[in-house]
This record gives sequence, C-alpha cells and structure tokens, in this order.
Amino acid sequence: MRSKQLPSSVALLRYLGLRLVLLIPTVWILVTVVFFFMRVIGDPITAALGGRLSPAQLAERKAEAGYDRPVWVQYFEYLGNVLRGDFGTTNKDHRAISEVLLTNGAATVELVFWAVLVAFVVGIPLGRLAARYHDRLPDVTIRTFSVLVYAAPVFFIGLLAKLLFSSALGWLPSSGRASTGTRLELGRQGGSSHFMIVDAIRSGDGAAIIDVLRHAVLPALTLGLLTAGIFIRLIRINLLETVRADYVTAARARGVTERKVVSKHAFRNALIPVVTVMGMQIALMLGGAILTETTFEWDGLGYQLSQYLLARDFVAVQGIVTAIALVIAVTSFLIDVINALVDPRVRY
Amino acid sequence: MAWLSKLPARLPGYRLVKSTHGLQRVMLLVGGGLIAVFVIAALGAQWISPYDFDQTRYGGVPFGTQQPPSADHWFGTTVGGYDVFARVVYGARTAVMVVLASVAASIVLGVSTGVVSGYLGGWLDRLLVLVTDALYAFPSLLMAIIVSIVVSGGSSNASGGIISAALAITVIFVPQYFRVVRNATISAKTEPYVDAARVAGSKSGRIMFGHVLPNVSQTIPVLITLNASEAILTLASLGFLGFGIEPTSAAEWGYDLNKATTSDVANGIWWTGVFPGLAIVLVVTGVTLIGESLNDVLNPLLRTRGGATATTADEAELVQVVMSEVSDRRAPVERDRTASAAPAASDKGEAP
Repeated sequence: MRSKQLPSSVALLRYLGLRLVLLIPTVWILVTVVFFFMRVIGDPITAALGGRLSPAQLAERKAEAGYDRPVWVQYFEYLGNVLRGDFGTTNKDHRAISEVLLTNGAATVELVFWAVLVAFVVGIPLGRLAARYHDRLPDVTIRTFSVLVYAAPVFFIGLLAKLLFSSALGWLPSSGRASTGTRLELGRQGGSSHFMIVDAIRSGDGAAIIDVLRHAVLPALTLGLLTAGIFIRLIRINLLETVRADYVTAARARGVTERKVVSKHAFRNALIPVVTVMGMQIALMLGGAILTETTFEWDGLGYQLSQYLLARDFVAVQGIVTAIALVIAVTSFLIDVINALVDPRVRY
Repeated sequence: MAWLSKLPARLPGYRLVKSTHGLQRVMLLVGGGLIAVFVIAALGAQWISPYDFDQTRYGGVPFGTQQPPSADHWFGTTVGGYDVFARVVYGARTAVMVVLASVAASIVLGVSTGVVSGYLGGWLDRLLVLVTDALYAFPSLLMAIIVSIVVSGGSSNASGGIISAALAITVIFVPQYFRVVRNATISAKTEPYVDAARVAGSKSGRIMFGHVLPNVSQTIPVLITLNASEAILTLASLGFLGFGIEPTSAAEWGYDLNKATTSDVANGIWWTGVFPGLAIVLVVTGVTLIGESLNDVLNPLLRTRGGATATTADEAELVQVVMSEVSDRRAPVERDRTASAAPAASDKGEAP
C-alpha cells in the first residue's frame, strides 16, 4: 500500500488545489441565489421609490437603469461586473459598493479585533481551568456560564450591558464608534485609514484615543463574551480528550511534570480542532456581526447591511453579501491549508 | 392510594428520566420544567395574561407608556403602551408556532432529500451536496433575513409573519438535516438488510423510506432540540432587526427587545427589555439542557452505566461541537467518510 501512495507533498498540493477549485462553485452559488432571491421581489427602483413616483416615471427610471431587460441578461451582466471587481453603486445613498466595503468593513474589522481579543483572554484560560478542575465547582460554574452565554441573544447581553454600564452607572458610552467631537477632529485630520483607533493614535491626541477605546468596550465585551462561550466549550472538551491520550500518559510516565504535560503535550494538540472552529467563528464575525453592530449602532458592514436590507437596496445587499461570501470561503480555505500543514492526517 | 404510586410511571418522559443519572437527570428535569412553563404559557396565554398582547387601554383608559411595574401591570408597559407581561406570555405562543412549523418543514424537506440523495447518489447527490454546503457556509441569519424578505416583503400579519419566519428558519435547517441523514444513509445502504430487501424485489422508494429511513433517524431528536433553540434565537434576531412580525399581529420577543434598545435603555427603563430577554434565555436554556441529556440517552454509543455520566456528557459535547464543525465543514469529497454527527448549534444565527 505504502509504495502506491503519492509523495506527501504532491498529495498536499492536490488536496489544496481541489479545495481551491471548490471555492469557485461555493461563491458562485451564493451570488446566484442572492441575485435571484432579490429579483423575485421586484426591481430595486420600485422597491426604493414605489409610491413616490407615478408608474410612467418608474418605468422610465427602470429603463434607464436597465432593469426592464430580461433577468438573465441582467444576471450575466452582474456576474461580469463582479468578476471585474465592479459591484455597482447603492441606490439609497449613491455610494460605490467598494467604498462601503472599505469604510464599513474597516469598522467591522476593528470591532472583531477587540472582540477576538476578549474571547481569547476570557475563553482560553477559562477553558483550561474548566478542564483542569473537571466536574468540580470551577468546571460546573464555567460550563453554566458558557451555556447561559449561548442561550442569551447577543442583543440581550448588549441591552443589559448598556443598562448597567451606560444608563445606571454612566461609565461608558452606549453607542457609536466615537463621540461627535472626536469624529470631527479625526475627520479634519484627513487621509483616514478608516480604522478609528489607528486615526486616533496618528492624531497623537490622548483624549481622542481614550474616547475611541471607551466606545469600543461594550460592543467588544458583548461580542467577545459570546465568542468566548464557544471557545470555552471547545478548549475544555478537546483538552479533556487529549489529556486521556496515550502519548500524554507516556509523557507522565517519563516523569514530565504535570504542568508541562498539560501546557506542552496536551494543550498544543488540543488546539488543532480548536483552530478550525475559531477560524470559522472569526470569519462569520467578519461577515458582519449584524446583531452586535445594530445593538450598539456600530457603523460596520453588518449594520450597513441591515440598513440597506430595510431600505430594500438590492444592489448594496448583493455587493455586501458577495463580499461576505468571499471572506468566508477564503477563510475556510486558509483554515484547511493550516490544518493540512499542521496535521498530516487531513491530507487525502 | 395505590394509583398514586403508579402515576409517575404513566407520565410521558418517565422512562427517559429513569434512564438518566445524577447531573444528567437534574439537567433533564430542569430543562423539562422550563419547557413545561413555556408550553403552558403558549397554550393558555389568554387565561394567564390579564390583557391582550395588542391591548393599549382598559375600560377606555389608556395604560400609559413606559409605566414601571405595578399591581396593574406586573412587568410595566412599553413605549407603545402595551402591557409587557401580556407580550411576554403571548410571545411564547408565537415562538412555539414558529418552532413547530420550522422544525416540521425542515424534517420533511431535509430528511427526504437526504435519504434520496444518499441512497441514489450520482449527479443529483453531488449537486445537492454542493448547494447545501454553499448554504451552510453562509451566515445563517443573513440567509433567514433574505428569505423572510422574499416570502413576506419583510414584515406582515400574524399568519403570514409566522409562516415567513418559519420558512426563513427552515432554509437554515434543511442543509443540517440533509447532511446528517445523507451521511447516515450512505453508511446504511451497504448494510445486509438493504441488500436483502433489494434481492427480495423491493422498489427503491420502499427501501429508502421503509428500510433505510427508520435506521437513520436516531440522530434526529437531538438535532430537533438543537434546532428548536436555534429557531427561537433566529426568530428573535429577525424581530430585533426589523424583519419579523408586526407588533399588532403577534407578540414577538425580538421586536420588543428592539424597541427597548432603541427607545428605553438610554432612559434607564429596564423592564421593557429585561423580561422578554429573560424569556428567551430561559426557553433556550431549557431546550439546550434537554438536548444535551437526550444526546446521551438516545445515543447508545455514548451510554454507560450509572455514575459515568459525566464522561458521556463530555463525549456527547465533543461529538456535537467538534465532529460536525471540523469534519463536516470540509470539502464534499471527504464528507462520505464522516458517518454522522449532529451539527453544533454554535454559530447561533448571528454570524455571531
């Protein structure tokens, strides 16, 4: 059998090549599904302006924008534009979709960065702690926490956080990315990176930095704790599993200290499946933490998407959704690459 | 009094409770209790609640808006002048209807396509796997929003709103049932009893739904509990984002939370948000607890004798969280090798 197997590097390349090729139908199917779903409801012009214009005016506008042509023609035109990187312009506020993706995408990336930080800082130690005190009080407490965090919708946690830290105690701002003063000040600076914290640091104004950070605390904690709940479950269960593995027993038998057994031998191997799920979680968050962003009026991709959906701005929705599909597909590919590199068993 | 001692044995779920131990039994009982309260509220809403969910005045006198909890209004009133207690109780009814409709529809669609696809194989199978994979890789809440807009134009009357919410949730679930059942079918179709049926001259349809289906359906109860909690969260999320049911058509917790977030929280008004939010948390916790214990009890591979239940709970969780997310998410070519695993509910609708 062994002699028939391909050299492992060729097998790896073949596997990755296959995964890469499979990205294309995944993204294409999503773009297609969203396109036709959107067209089922009608055309963007009627959706946006119906009732405000006369039927004749509507028809004129539709012809102008090309929405009176057969849906297939529109579909292939749209696909062609997307392939060239042209997502179109929003109907609601006439912004180029690429600009929406850039500015609001940056806001989402910023939020996800803080949230992942919270999730790591809270999730990893608690997961390890729960595994270490398996079935004793710390474990039961931590598991209850992670079930409750799962059961609570993120907007309810956000609401409680706002009630407590913003309304009752008045410690933190309840919404937005920065106060108006800071926003104007950073806007005057010019050459925005779209990452508010980067702009604030560039301005060198301590008050602006603190203002931006204070605005990020509640959204980051809300989204981060939710993600931490998932991380806790994952790390705990994988750690418990690897601690029982033979090579861990072997390490113990050789006299390796318990501390080292857990941190060097068990923990690292427990991380392999964890990385996969974490990666997908992060990709999903990047795809728009719609609920968190809406709760805190954080002007990210998810918040914008839900605004465009409410306004029935289909060009915007299609563009953002396509971008989200791309992010998720590419991330899932990257995770598979990492997995294949780390764990030889994955390669086929 | 002899009949009293026999009574417990006649209650539904008695054998299920009997087959659990220790912590597992506590989880099952607590979960069952929470669900019982939820179902009672849903069925008896008009007797439990002193007011209707869309009532804003009593005897011609308006309730008043944003009134704090009082003897007349136990949970206070909302910014729209509704009674919060009534909306929480009636919200249970909406949630039950949406959960039942969406789970039933997903089972019918997902299980039948899964069995057919897995048993027949070929290009149809490849195509269905590709499509469900693409759908599964996509943030589920986003898909639900798009479907609900397609079905109802975003929001609508009671039955329309419930149906569109249920359909939106169904679209998320069908790929999960499809995947689990298809994978189980693929491993089941090589079993001798399938060959035997074929030799005896049974038609494909009869083999699929008479022989294979009963053998691949053990994982479904666990999946149902996972999906029931996800359905409640998705319904609330749709309502929260403004794609749910009109407030005058049915009470819906997510919508009330939205109103609380936008108009009440900044003024320190807590009662409009905290009560519907707690209702969601308690129901989802109840369903999750039942799901975790069902997983242990119904899956013989994980069942051990009394006392060792803690380990089985862990393993069940491992199966849920890791197996599905890790191995099922990969390329379809590999999928055949993973027998069956319930997809974990960890993505939670909001692309978190």
